[in-house]
Amino acid sequence: MPVEPPQVPADPTGSPTYESATREPMIRARGLVKAFDDFTAVDGIDVEVRPGEAFGFLGPNGAGKSSTMRMIGCVSPPTAGELTVLGMDPRTDGPRIRAGLGVVPQRDSLDEELTVEENIWVYGRYFGLPRRLVRERAAELLEFAQLTDRARSVVEPLSGGMKRRLTIARALVNSPRILLLDEPTTGLDPQARHVLWDRLFRLKREGVTLVLTTHYMDEAEQLCDRLVVMDHGRIVAEGSPSALIAQHSTREVLELRFDTADHAARLGEVDGIAERVEVLPDRLLLYTADGEAAQSELHRRGLEPLAALVRRSTLEDVFLHLTGRTLVD
Amino acid sequence: MAAPAQGRVGVAGRLARALPVPAGAGMARMLVERNYRSFRRTWVIIVSGFFEPVFFLFAMGVGIGSLVGDVEADGRLVPYVVFVAPALLAASAMNGAVFDSTTNVFFKLKYAKLYDSVLATPLGPRDVAVGEIAWALLRGLVYSAAFLVVAALAGAVTSPLALLAVPAATLIGWAFASIGMAATTYMRTWADFDYVQLAILPMFLFSATFFPLETYPPALQGVVQATPLFHGVAMVRDLMLGQVGADLLVHVTYLVVLGLVGTAWTARRIERLLLR
Repeated sequence: MPVEPPQVPADPTGSPTYESATREPMIRARGLVKAFDDFTAVDGIDVEVRPGEAFGFLGPNGAGKSSTMRMIGCVSPPTAGELTVLGMDPRTDGPRIRAGLGVVPQRDSLDEELTVEENIWVYGRYFGLPRRLVRERAAELLEFAQLTDRARSVVEPLSGGMKRRLTIARALVNSPRILLLDEPTTGLDPQARHVLWDRLFRLKREGVTLVLTTHYMDEAEQLCDRLVVMDHGRIVAEGSPSALIAQHSTREVLELRFDTADHAARLGEVDGIAERVEVLPDRLLLYTADGEAAQSELHRRGLEPLAALVRRSTLEDVFLHLTGRTLVD
Repeated sequence: MAAPAQGRVGVAGRLARALPVPAGAGMARMLVERNYRSFRRTWVIIVSGFFEPVFFLFAMGVGIGSLVGDVEADGRLVPYVVFVAPALLAASAMNGAVFDSTTNVFFKLKYAKLYDSVLATPLGPRDVAVGEIAWALLRGLVYSAAFLVVAALAGAVTSPLALLAVPAATLIGWAFASIGMAATTYMRTWADFDYVQLAILPMFLFSATFFPLETYPPALQGVVQATPLFHGVAMVRDLMLGQVGADLLVHVTYLVVLGLVGTAWTARRIERLLLR
């Protein structure tokens, strides 16, 4: 007889803090390390993911996000530190933990020798679910993934967005308590990303705990209740997107592009206009509570940049401030 | 509801921890099921695996056999086709198993990344090894049975014990599939498969397949007797000729040990490669 991992009931208050007060964390890491022969991918991180929340690992390529996800997914043994997933130890209870996880890997690894619906059937069977149940669930999941009319198609000709949705549908076949998504929208066009985000919101409303990695700050801001910013295998900041922005950046940013080969040389001219200035190869970022006021001051000084733009601070600014580098190189 | 997956993990998991082999959830058959689904779409390619030994049977056994006449096998004179049919059965079990466990597995391992997604489920590396090897021998079983029917029609079957040649061929398949899959985990490019041919072809030609062991000088006989296909051929020949003796036990033991070592080795390699 197959088991459905118990569903976490939807949180009546909609706040992750309510859950955290009443429930064990879904994932807890203390001093978690992953070292390979020649480098340390994850260098002692502490993480706690609460039931029903959407938790993000934000960082550039090589920050250690995927290695962390693989350890949580019980397909990579930790080198040191403690890790508990669904209250169990991956070192000894890997198969039982994996029975309660849904995994969406960075690269779609759909079974291209099978049709769309067969992908879900076969995957459900890997979890020991009976054929009848797997078929019922595949029909629901294809509906959810908006792929019902492609059920009998082979996988290969599907678009990138469709393959991604199928990968997510497949990962849900065992009704997982935690869905692990490694860069869920990398490589998708904007429209496909929005469709995907909408599906992920639905899952979250149904009480599925989402854990995702991304190097897109807009994705992190859209999806995550809480996130950690990772760099070189360490956690450099933690909090909700808005709290991180409030803590590590200003409300607004004035972006300036000058007609120059070296923007650092123009640093002196904008001195004192903003609380803080970051120099990028192609522009200056002026951090200030009031972008309009900064722009007027610029005008008063007679400075004429090629382009000037006032925008709100994003997680990208937080990352830049914390690490001195941009997220997407 | 009771969890089948979780219940099985309990028993199989405890067993796995007691054994020096990588973890599995005891659900290798799910991978066999997956391969069966995929096979239903590509069955045409697979049918060719049946024709190869049949063609050989008629070319060598019936054709060349008419020139050769009778040969001595297990101490009595038999028509050449009776001598060569068991060898072709054993060799085709080897070829089918090696093809399945090398080319097909390499594609799934390196390109389709099938096992990466399988290992994200309760299945473990041992399930992958056992599932793939089991599939290779299931196919071998069907080929062997079909070949035996053709061999019987060609007059190459003389003893009812020949029916045991089918499970015997499956044992050969296991031994070669498990070693073949283990070897595949070391391959980096398709060019590496030339080494497989380099090992398979001489075995096919020289394991007392087409001519008796006594043809070799004594020094070379020892070398031939050390190869796995020799034991496969000798085992099937004993059964098809109805000559059952202590030798049979040696052949079976040799192949069982090879199968066990190969399966455990494969599981260990899958673990090293994918669960790091």
